[in-house]
Amino acid sequence: MESMESTYRSPETPRGAGVGLRLRSWLARLSIRVYLPSIAAGLAKTMEWMVRPKATLEYPEVQRVSRKGYRGEHRLKKDDQGRPNCVACFMCATACPAECIEIVAMPAPWPDRDKVPVSFRIDMLKCIYCGMCEEACPCDAIELTPTYTRVATSRDEKVYDLVKLLSN
Amino acid sequence: MTPWLWLAAKIGFAFAYLVGAVPVLIMMERRISAFIQGRQGPNRVGPMGSLQPLADIIKFLTKEFVVPLRADRWLFVLSPLLVFVPPMLGFAVVPFGNQYGDELLQIANLDIGVLFSMSVLSLGVYGITLGGWASNNKYSLLGSLRASAQLISYELSLGLTILLAVMIAGTVDPVRIVQWQIEHGWNLFGGGSLWRLPLGLMGGLLMFICALAENNRLPFDLAECEAELVGGYHTEYSSMSFAMFFMGEYIAMVVMSGLITTLYLGGWHFPGITDPTDHSWVGALLSIGVFTAKVYVLLFTYVWVRWTLPRFKYNQLMDLGWKVFLPIALFNLAAMAIVGVILEG
Repeated sequence: MESMESTYRSPETPRGAGVGLRLRSWLARLSIRVYLPSIAAGLAKTMEWMVRPKATLEYPEVQRVSRKGYRGEHRLKKDDQGRPNCVACFMCATACPAECIEIVAMPAPWPDRDKVPVSFRIDMLKCIYCGMCEEACPCDAIELTPTYTRVATSRDEKVYDLVKLLSN
Repeated sequence: MTPWLWLAAKIGFAFAYLVGAVPVLIMMERRISAFIQGRQGPNRVGPMGSLQPLADIIKFLTKEFVVPLRADRWLFVLSPLLVFVPPMLGFAVVPFGNQYGDELLQIANLDIGVLFSMSVLSLGVYGITLGGWASNNKYSLLGSLRASAQLISYELSLGLTILLAVMIAGTVDPVRIVQWQIEHGWNLFGGGSLWRLPLGLMGGLLMFICALAENNRLPFDLAECEAELVGGYHTEYSSMSFAMFFMGEYIAMVVMSGLITTLYLGGWHFPGITDPTDHSWVGALLSIGVFTAKVYVLLFTYVWVRWTLPRFKYNQLMDLGWKVFLPIALFNLAAMAIVGVILEG
């Protein structure tokens, strides 16, 4: 029993303790030596875990609901006339620490803005989903959605273009 | 029906009962361990994952059976069978139900049934030892040495606790032990006498703990160890021969639970559910059901304990066996003898 004793230090009785304290201290030492109370406590704990709700989800059927502000895939917003909000100011591309945004601009056909994007590509494999583009955008045009499960079978598919981002 | 047909029917039932318990136990083990760890466990194959053991069996069957170079081929093939068969023999004397007509629901009605099961159950260690030795692998050999040392140290306490139940009931015939418990109360609670209550509780608990060690279950699974022994006595085994070891262990668990049920938990009887005088087929089925329920409560505890307690070190295991359990079991036996004399006299 040497190894067991060295593993578990028994609580010591204080000097000059009364009978009640002495008895309790002796009982505590006994319960450690006998193991059974601790084993019973352990079994009670595992039984509690057996009946409590599970920590895991039944994944394909039940999916995690993203918290508010979750940073998933990007999306370009449209205004009420169906035009993209983006004015091709390059603020997002400048702010992007991963340099994954690539914009080509052209003069706008509408009088209320100077430019519109003719191509807007985000390389989702380079993106680090930091949300800096969203914060940099002056027109509230780019936004991160809660979507985090989008499968692709090639690298090219993971480079999202204007059409895909507008429909996201 | 003729006696021979009855015997064949009972043997067939016992075989199906034991082998059928293996997939149930595999499922119990996997799901309960998952629940304790906050997971779901396997639940995709079949309804609630109930066909998972079938998938496991198919996996085992389609794997290659490898005999290591310079292994003792004959013993290597034989030893899984030596693990698989003896526990089944041990079930022969366990009364798994009440009578049906004049026929006892027990395969062999031996007068020395308890002694028979003790001797047969300890044969299981030969399969483990020979398996590790025949593999021609030093890690396997170390594993089987550990298993045999462990079994020897716990067999003694197990035998003494079995003897305690025998002393309380005053007979070594399992059927009469059950009968005694029906009349007086479970041996776990001292058979109806307040004097014997602490002894019965201690004996029952000790028997369960020794059964854990005897079946190589956690926290006493020193024979299997990935950290020091690569795997244990079955490192070199693959496919169905490994499955044989696996099934043999589970069957030994079922048989040991049946034995504990018979010796300490009142066998197939539960007051209010079974009637000992009812010898119709309804009574027989009810008694088998009660026996099964008790056995499965014990098996659940086996699994529950496994996923709760950390394992012992080897020296702690030996200390516990020789310095704690053996003196307690001996003391129990002596105290029982004194209490018995006081109660008789």
